[in-house]
Amino acid sequence: MDPIISIRNLSKTYATGLEALRNVDLDIDRGEIFALLGPNGAGKTTLIGIVCGIVNATAGTVSVDGFDIVRDYRKTRARIGLVPQELTTDAFESVLHTVTFSRGLFGKPADPAHIERVLRALSLWDKRDARIMTLSGGMKRRLLIAKALAHEPDILFLDEPTAGVDVSLRQDMWNLVRRMRETGVTIILTTHYIEEAEDMADRIGIINGGRLILVEDKASLMLKLGRKRLVLHLAEPLDAVPPALAAYDLQLGAGGCELIYTYDTRKERTGITALLNDIREAGIGFRDLHTTQSSLEDIFVDLVKRSQ
Amino acid sequence: MNIRAIWAIYKFEMARTWRTLMQSIISPVLSTSLYFVVFGAAIGSRIAEIEGVAYGAFIVPGLMMMSLLTQSVSNASFGIYFPRFTGTIYEILSAPISFFEIVLGYVGAAATKSILLGLIILATASVIVPLEIRHPVWMMGFLVLTAVTFSLLGFIIGIWADGFEQLQIVPLLVITPLAFLGGSFYSLDMLPPLWQRISLFNPVVYLISGFRWSFSEVSDVSVGVSVAMTMGFLGLCLTVIWWIFRTGYRLKS
Repeated sequence: MDPIISIRNLSKTYATGLEALRNVDLDIDRGEIFALLGPNGAGKTTLIGIVCGIVNATAGTVSVDGFDIVRDYRKTRARIGLVPQELTTDAFESVLHTVTFSRGLFGKPADPAHIERVLRALSLWDKRDARIMTLSGGMKRRLLIAKALAHEPDILFLDEPTAGVDVSLRQDMWNLVRRMRETGVTIILTTHYIEEAEDMADRIGIINGGRLILVEDKASLMLKLGRKRLVLHLAEPLDAVPPALAAYDLQLGAGGCELIYTYDTRKERTGITALLNDIREAGIGFRDLHTTQSSLEDIFVDLVKRSQ
Repeated sequence: MNIRAIWAIYKFEMARTWRTLMQSIISPVLSTSLYFVVFGAAIGSRIAEIEGVAYGAFIVPGLMMMSLLTQSVSNASFGIYFPRFTGTIYEILSAPISFFEIVLGYVGAAATKSILLGLIILATASVIVPLEIRHPVWMMGFLVLTAVTFSLLGFIIGIWADGFEQLQIVPLLVITPLAFLGGSFYSLDMLPPLWQRISLFNPVVYLISGFRWSFSEVSDVSVGVSVAMTMGFLGLCLTVIWWIFRTGYRLKS
């Protein structure tokens, strides 16, 4: 299946000389949730801005559903809904008015029933006549989502959608995103909460310094880059790792009370069986053991560090 | 052409007018009425007729034009500056709408407001002084053309401005003085010859002169020159706007 968004050699240099994007190539598949991760200033918002028509690219091409974003901008933009990072709203407008305006702006005929559905799904229907300035931050965030959904887009960009949103609302928002995906909407999100990307995304892209340093299926990324740690809680503390176990590159933790073994899940043999045998033979007793998998955050920090 | 989008912007902007009825309509009408009281009734009663037109009636086109110019510029500049200021411009820029359509929506709404305002002032004036409009079609023509031209100028200012102060500067420091010195309250014939010549560099002279001609056939310059100058200014504004959108000046980085 053709990708719904296809980005080729995309570069952006701002008038200040800042190179926000450098030769980015990226394909977004239809119906997927794609998470774009990166530190502040990595180029996430610039990338979204170019696809949506807010920022002019310096070089490269972007096509949306087969249409070029410059030549066929009407076709590409009509397919896209954008939820910006900043809470930018018309303070004096009412909720219903501003969402209705968004639908008209995208060239769709009035459809009060659709607007009502969207506002209800985002728990904003009761606030439809309220002025935006009276809404809480979380409500304003949902309002921006409602505006982006007003014209029934096929693709939804969520730029840091959960920044400043409380935990329960964040959960509601992700439930909504999942429901939208079920209806076939492609979702591209940026987030600082790496656990959200881990929880939500089908694929993950990591961007740093304007370069896309990795794009991977989330599961295979975790598998490929994920390292596991086996922690043994010792019966008696050790001063040093016994020479008999030197081959395992073990570390001592918790003041000598823990013996830590790091292994690669990709390897056919993890070495755990041999290690446990050798520990027994060395006469070291342990009370308990557990394993931990490196989180996406560890992977992310590791990759960003390596790319610098 | 994305008619629905133009209509959405137009309706959105007009809704702002009704919401801010006080600033949009009532205050300009009030200030114009005050001009009538001061210049028309109090001072005007001591001034003789100008080319056969009573002074009170003579200043009506000038006053209308003065409000039309300042309000067109203010409305249109605020209309596009406000979304830039709040950041909601992102939605306009990401919508499937051409720059020409954006201008149509914003400038159309700003011009509509000023035209309504001009007609309200006309109605108010006709209550105070007896008025005759010899060429109503030309009168409407000048009204619409001027409202559109100065709304375009306002749109340019709204895109150029970096703060609310700059939005105020042009109407306050440029348009109002030019309107005052452009023959709103006097005929150029009443000026010394040197000032008459200097006045001809003031573009507002041509607007007021043509507009006044449509009322009473009294004019400082020929109506053809007035039309040509107005069209020329319209062309200039359109050229600047075309350049703004071609380059993305202050809109797109």
